[in-house]
Amino acid sequence: MSTNAIAIENFQSAGRTWTEVLHEWVTTVDHKRLGLLYIGYALVYLVVAGIEALIIRIQLMHAQNNFVSPQVFNRMFTMHGTTMIFFVAMPVLFGFANYLVPLMIGARDMAFPRLNAFSFWLMAFGGLLLYFSFLGGSGLYGAGNAPDVGWWAYAPLGAKAFSPGHSSDYWTIALLVSGFGSVGTAINIIATVLGMRCPGMHLGRMPLLVWLNLVMSAMVLIVITPLTAAQLMLLVDRYLGGHFFDTQAGGSATLWMHFFWIFGHPEVYILIIPSFAFMSEIVPVFSRKPIFGYPVMVGATVFIGFVSMSVWAHHMFTIGMNSYANSFFTITSMIVGIPTGIKIFNWLGTMWGGRIQFKTPMLFCIGFLFQFLIAGLTGIMLASSPFDWQLSLSYFVVAHFHYVIVGGILFALFGAFYYWYPKFTGRMLSETLGKWHFWLFVIGFHMTFDVMHIPGILGMPRRIYTYEPRPGWETLNLIVSLGAVVQAIAILIFVWNLISSNWKGAKAGNDPWDAWTLEWSTSSPPPAYNFATIPVVASRRPLWDKKHPEDPDSRYE
Amino acid sequence: MLVFALLFCLRAVAAAAPGSPFSSTSIFAPASTPARTIFGLSLFVLTVCALIFVVVGGLLLYAAVRFRGRPTDAGREPAQVYGSTQIELAWTVIPVLIVAVLFLATARVIHAIQDAPKPAAALDVTVIGHQFWWEFRYPKLGIVTANEMHIPASDPAHPTPTFLKLLSADTDHSFWVPELGGKTDLIPNRVNEMWLDPARPGIYLGQCAQYCGTQHAKMLLRVYVDRPADFAAWVGTQQRGAVQGAGVRAGKRVFETTSCINCHAVSGTAADGRFGPDLSHLMSRATIASGAAENTHANLRLWIQNPDAIKPGSLMPAMKLSDEDLDAVTAYLETLR
Amino acid sequence: MSTLAIPITPAPQSWDLPDRGKVAMACLIIAESAIFTIFVVAYLFYVGKSLTGPMPSEVLETPVFFTICLLSSSLTVHLAGTFLKRGKQGAFLSLWLLTFVLGGLFLLGTGQEWHRLIYEKGLTISTNLFGTTYYSLVGLHAFHVTAGLVMLLIVLILGLAGRVNRAHTGRIEVLSMYWHFVDAVWVVVFTVVYVLGR
Repeated sequence: MSTNAIAIENFQSAGRTWTEVLHEWVTTVDHKRLGLLYIGYALVYLVVAGIEALIIRIQLMHAQNNFVSPQVFNRMFTMHGTTMIFFVAMPVLFGFANYLVPLMIGARDMAFPRLNAFSFWLMAFGGLLLYFSFLGGSGLYGAGNAPDVGWWAYAPLGAKAFSPGHSSDYWTIALLVSGFGSVGTAINIIATVLGMRCPGMHLGRMPLLVWLNLVMSAMVLIVITPLTAAQLMLLVDRYLGGHFFDTQAGGSATLWMHFFWIFGHPEVYILIIPSFAFMSEIVPVFSRKPIFGYPVMVGATVFIGFVSMSVWAHHMFTIGMNSYANSFFTITSMIVGIPTGIKIFNWLGTMWGGRIQFKTPMLFCIGFLFQFLIAGLTGIMLASSPFDWQLSLSYFVVAHFHYVIVGGILFALFGAFYYWYPKFTGRMLSETLGKWHFWLFVIGFHMTFDVMHIPGILGMPRRIYTYEPRPGWETLNLIVSLGAVVQAIAILIFVWNLISSNWKGAKAGNDPWDAWTLEWSTSSPPPAYNFATIPVVASRRPLWDKKHPEDPDSRYE
Repeated sequence: MLVFALLFCLRAVAAAAPGSPFSSTSIFAPASTPARTIFGLSLFVLTVCALIFVVVGGLLLYAAVRFRGRPTDAGREPAQVYGSTQIELAWTVIPVLIVAVLFLATARVIHAIQDAPKPAAALDVTVIGHQFWWEFRYPKLGIVTANEMHIPASDPAHPTPTFLKLLSADTDHSFWVPELGGKTDLIPNRVNEMWLDPARPGIYLGQCAQYCGTQHAKMLLRVYVDRPADFAAWVGTQQRGAVQGAGVRAGKRVFETTSCINCHAVSGTAADGRFGPDLSHLMSRATIASGAAENTHANLRLWIQNPDAIKPGSLMPAMKLSDEDLDAVTAYLETLR
Repeated sequence: MSTLAIPITPAPQSWDLPDRGKVAMACLIIAESAIFTIFVVAYLFYVGKSLTGPMPSEVLETPVFFTICLLSSSLTVHLAGTFLKRGKQGAFLSLWLLTFVLGGLFLLGTGQEWHRLIYEKGLTISTNLFGTTYYSLVGLHAFHVTAGLVMLLIVLILGLAGRVNRAHTGRIEVLSMYWHFVDAVWVVVFTVVYVLGR
């Protein structure tokens, strides 16, 4: 006789003042609430950084435009990049991990709930500090404002000599602080996954989302602190008269580049691996088949984790390294494409022979597959260092990485939103609005980022506030900018869907998608304690075993 | 797909009139050996990637269509397949082979460009990056100029390539003239090298590619590839001292007694500053402010009066001269051919 | 509203998972190792590249005594943990105090050395590349020693108040891991600064 995980009625929802509700959310240590806080925070900053992108695109619509001054433009691209990476992508992915990992392993919470809360608030404070830079700071004219050194803050541009005032300090300290938060969350995820799995859940039976977040967290441990180190060194240079990156004293500008990219390249894998996780959960459910090649998917991810730490200088092909160094980073950068490609093939293998349901989550996943394929291929082009000597620092690179981040990560994220929103809120998102969102966004995305490759090939560098009327540049930039507007409209539809469905959406029930992992065995939303009794599992798809007792997965694993 | 189709249309656009300020800077219109070698490699890489896209994308499209769920399926699950070792092996081995081929093709080009021997007839030019202009020194010819570089056309039968030494006076920059070669960065406290050997005379445009501060966007580059005779003539002009024009003594006095001389140099005068461009042969250049404006009387006067009107955030201060002094000094500068 | 029931699956005979505290401390140690690695790389990269003096060989004196202090504190903290596991609170406290003292001596020694370098030899963090990298690396380590001492002190006070007993062995072991890490880093820093870098 089985025990039921019964959801206790939430008596607390009746008759509380708004201050009590606020207090509850601010002091929460529940992984689900913190997950939602991370996601909500990231959505706010998505809109902010999106507006920064629109400002950039309006300025670049015409040659020699003066919608904004060069000083403002330089702040816009710096803040857009910094915000999107550190205060949109990282938090939203940590948010989903926070919510889902304990549920998927049959645990009641993360290993260290208070550390979890502390990590969130550190990250949140970092974001606020970064934006305070617009108001705060003193110093020379034009220098007491938002940072304008690019999101890499290359030396010596970040030094006191070239960056007087405090704008660069806001960049440095905001990221330093939120970096500690990221490390805290990574520690929490690893300790949770290794120490709190429900009985029967060997490492080989964990959902792929859990595996991939484990690998991502291990990477966070190793690569965030190099950025912290470099930033501490920058602060020593700026305030204690140090010479780490002081070229006048014999210091090296390229040392900053190495340190930054030793963080920066694995960082983008830290962002894409959770997106792979979403794909690996959603594609099987909507193909009605288990993931093809589970052990290979795990192995490929671990391999990516390792190899991604050996490719960093492909961001530095133009700095004048010798031919042996350039060859080394070319080969490693190409090698890392192999396990990544294998993952695409495995998702294809999952779809193959299935009965595909084209609900909104799956639409976004299919978009991911095509777009990530293209992004990977432009990545191979950039990995070929002589080709990169032309393409680097141009709009081709900007197109490539936005293809990965928007066409890949954001699409997978949208899929995740549509897939797990019912679990978080108990309501379904509107399929109609979802399809509008999807198609508008696909059109806008391709208008912008397909076309954007071409100015790069025509010689347009990045980070320029205006450009000469060279042949083709204006028309192409105009199309790119219009695509951005289309994407913005699609995002507004998405936000409206998120808000309105909370009240008007169809009731979801526990398991609206007929899925197979443990989070679908409890109510939507789950009770504070997740499960009344800790489950015991015998395979990778415990709910499949339950629904198909005549043919459980445990027989085949 | 869209990208690749348009690429080949653009090849045609790229062949637009060279030499005008609006001429093309396409990486697919190579005019020098490094650019040509890279172009060949890039076509190979593009072809391989296009093939991969067609195959994998085609399979994805096929799967999405062929295996779509139908209403008649309701309730029945398809065969639950967990994986296949042979298939995994196959689609591991093939990418490994592709990578091996791409790498070998690439390594060859890396060495061809970076380890190319330097012929005795090569011209040496030292490029020094500044915020936000280019300094060019020809050490063996005793020439110092700015923003517009002249080099001789290189005859493939008797090559006279130009070898550049790249330095920086302040922050990071990058020298990029797409039709002549890939870009190489200029990094303070570091010496980088690159070479060009364009055969066809003309003007080749480029600009700084590494974000270097407020006016990174207007740190433009012009490379004039001259026929040997024209190059010799240009060298001759640059090597002689600055013209000591008559009738501009008032302007010259303004120039020499204000802070102009702290930043600029004019050979044969008290001006020996290194922070800004050498003005000895200012009028031999088609543009001012590193390509931000044409070298006309109005622009020159405006630049001295208020640089922010042309290039806001450039490091040249507004000189705050009276109209009379401004006209005088502009007239003086216009004699510096 | 009820939820899906999971079928009764026989629970595995034993289900032992790693201790969360130890896993977390191991993760922290990995992250800290990465930050120290970067400072060590910077140090090694800049060896011999200072444009002006003083040079390491001119001013550095190998801190043998204080190194012995710190490294023996690893032994004492380990022994303290063993005694606590056996319930011998008195021995635990004495050895814990000894660990604290040895760590404190090490910090004192660092302070002394810095005083000498700054006031007698004129080497500060802004003097040259050697000064910048030396004070940063040794300082980062000293900061971690300080943080460790604070934690040791807290436990010491709680122990003297009689609140630490055999049940806390796990947590004491986690803290000891951190202390061992701090010592291991010193071995690396010592080798890089006083052996290789000279």
